[in-house]
Amino acid sequence: MRRGIRGVTATALVAGLALAATACGGGDSSDGAGSGGELSGTVTFWDTSNDAEKATYRKLAEGFQKEHPKVHVKYVNVPFGDANAKFKNAAGGNSGAPDVMRTEVAWVADFANLGYLAPLDGTPALDKTDDYLPQAVGSTRFKGKTYAAPQVIDTLALFYNKKLLKDAGVEVPRNFAELATAAKKIKAKTGATALYLRGDDPYWFLPYLYGEGGNMVDARDKVVEIDDGAGVKAFKTIKSLVDSKAAVTDATDGQENQLRALKDGTVAMAVDGPWDIEGARAGKSFKDKKNLGVAPVPGGSTAQGSPQGGWNLSVYAGSKNLQASYAFVKYMSSAKVQQQTNEKLSLLPTRKSVYEVPAVKNNEMVKFFKPAVDGAVQRPWIAEGNSLFEPIKVQMNKVLTGSATPEQAAKATGDAYRKLLKDYK
Amino acid sequence: MVAPVVLVIGVIIGYPLVRGVFLSLTDANEANVERNIGVNHLPATYKFTGLDNYRAVLSDSVFWDRLGWTVLWTVGCVSLTFLIGLALANMLNRTLRGRTFYRLALILPWAIPAFISVFTWRMLYNEKSGILNKLLAGGGIDAVPWLNDPTWAKLSVIAVNVWLGVPFMLVALLGGLQSIPGELYEAAEMDGAGPWQRFRNITVPGLRAVSSTVILLSTIWTFNMFPVIFLLTRGGPGDATEILVTYAYRLSFIDSPRNFSESAAWGVLILVLLSVVAVVYRRALRKQGEVW
Repeated sequence: MRRGIRGVTATALVAGLALAATACGGGDSSDGAGSGGELSGTVTFWDTSNDAEKATYRKLAEGFQKEHPKVHVKYVNVPFGDANAKFKNAAGGNSGAPDVMRTEVAWVADFANLGYLAPLDGTPALDKTDDYLPQAVGSTRFKGKTYAAPQVIDTLALFYNKKLLKDAGVEVPRNFAELATAAKKIKAKTGATALYLRGDDPYWFLPYLYGEGGNMVDARDKVVEIDDGAGVKAFKTIKSLVDSKAAVTDATDGQENQLRALKDGTVAMAVDGPWDIEGARAGKSFKDKKNLGVAPVPGGSTAQGSPQGGWNLSVYAGSKNLQASYAFVKYMSSAKVQQQTNEKLSLLPTRKSVYEVPAVKNNEMVKFFKPAVDGAVQRPWIAEGNSLFEPIKVQMNKVLTGSATPEQAAKATGDAYRKLLKDYK
Repeated sequence: MVAPVVLVIGVIIGYPLVRGVFLSLTDANEANVERNIGVNHLPATYKFTGLDNYRAVLSDSVFWDRLGWTVLWTVGCVSLTFLIGLALANMLNRTLRGRTFYRLALILPWAIPAFISVFTWRMLYNEKSGILNKLLAGGGIDAVPWLNDPTWAKLSVIAVNVWLGVPFMLVALLGGLQSIPGELYEAAEMDGAGPWQRFRNITVPGLRAVSSTVILLSTIWTFNMFPVIFLLTRGGPGDATEILVTYAYRLSFIDSPRNFSESAAWGVLILVLLSVVAVVYRRALRKQGEVW
């Protein structure tokens, strides 16, 4: 899951006072700490959820204290846009890094590669691993070891304003060509623009790329693929959507602008993920919650696909309180907490068993998003996975503002990848 | 007696500088520098690579593209700030009612932390909901893509930097103006010199010492003005507003693994460029008889 860069906050971070977990014996060890000691001390947890979600996450995290009264959970919300850099600064400098962090799926391999994460194999953190969706496990593994526990899974979908589409008399578009056609009717009948196109965040480029049958890189054969024909076509699609006024876009603040446009009804559709369900429903267009429709991301000329995203829980290798951190990860990725996350925020669980719970099963958003997630495209889980985005961002900006042609943009992105991935063709 | 000075300079300036130069001659990155993580100790495994980084940077068109824009940005910002500052200082350098109020108001931008100003500007510039476009819409003018079009974005970042830089120029130049004896103006007036002649022949020479200093300082600051660009556009759209320092930041903080060595090479090149500018500037001033 990726969201718009949110700007720098001045959250002051103080490293929690950490105590060894093994000191005082005698307690019951239902936590599976292994040493027979009762868990104690502080677990600092960096949460990256957004404004609409963070209150729920804080409550859930602090719920851990009910099970382990001697452990203090220090909850810190770190905006998504800053979290990666902040963690690297803290972990590399060995001061102020959290014990547990909610880590984006593409960050795990990167952090693990740099030695910042504790391997979790054989620790209490990994519990009932057979219960995890296989695609959720993919991003937690790096070079044969497991570095994270999956917490939520997601993908992109097309959010649409049912009323606006109905007023315009158009069906939900199945591909971008249909969307472009429908756009004229929508504009004429309702005055709204058809689509908000996130031009500021490269994650949103992937459906266009997958829609042409393309990919960023082929990690198995070590080939850069983004500069082939599919990549060029993908850049062409976004350019023509904006040029034909079927879509509006921004080079900055896309997260806020997109959500606002959707909520206010100035756009009829937006490609978005489950993390914005709560935020969208707070808007005036969706006072009637049923007005928010969700459909698969439109396809391209040859295929249909959206990237698989989500969040994992990882433990900092330098944590002074590893046992309690493992237990905290186990708790936060447990079926119980995942169910609560779903009930409150409609976020998708990573455990198969949670999908069997009636309340989850009947959740409208789950009904839609679960099949979408099952069909989502896994990204290359390589250490440089997260760095593959920046070149796309620069080039999609350039294409949308007309300072590069789709051909030039695809080539420049491919060149940047080869510079980054030295052994790739 | 100078021992403490030498020590302080050595510790706070010398060490980071030498370390930076050293890193620029290696292939150090986040994955191969020495780290202590908890109980793990990871040894340094980077190698000395001589001038490879410099060769790579200087043979890459990215560097020259960024340098071109950085120079344009610096010249644009400094000349505009200086001219506006000079004009305002002249207007305020006389007795008029409410002078204190004007002075305070004009210094205000300087008193607001830069990042707050920049965030405010970013909201004003928002193409869809910003107040600037709302005002234009009121006048029946189409929305301007302030930060979403390369040319507008360049103008927008310059405007913000000028807004931030004018108070400094204003205060410095006002100080300079007040140090020019009033008798000179009186004498000139007696001799029948008009306002423009007085400005050309008294004000400009009288301000030379102050203005040469503030222009050099302002050039160095603007050349390295990270917060305005980074917070307003992050170098975008595309890389249209990326200056040398924001690109160096990108190398060492956004790419992964963080490329310390190439970033250090960019840093050293920036330092060399600015040193050359400062030396040439001083030479030029000295030729004009200015002792600085």
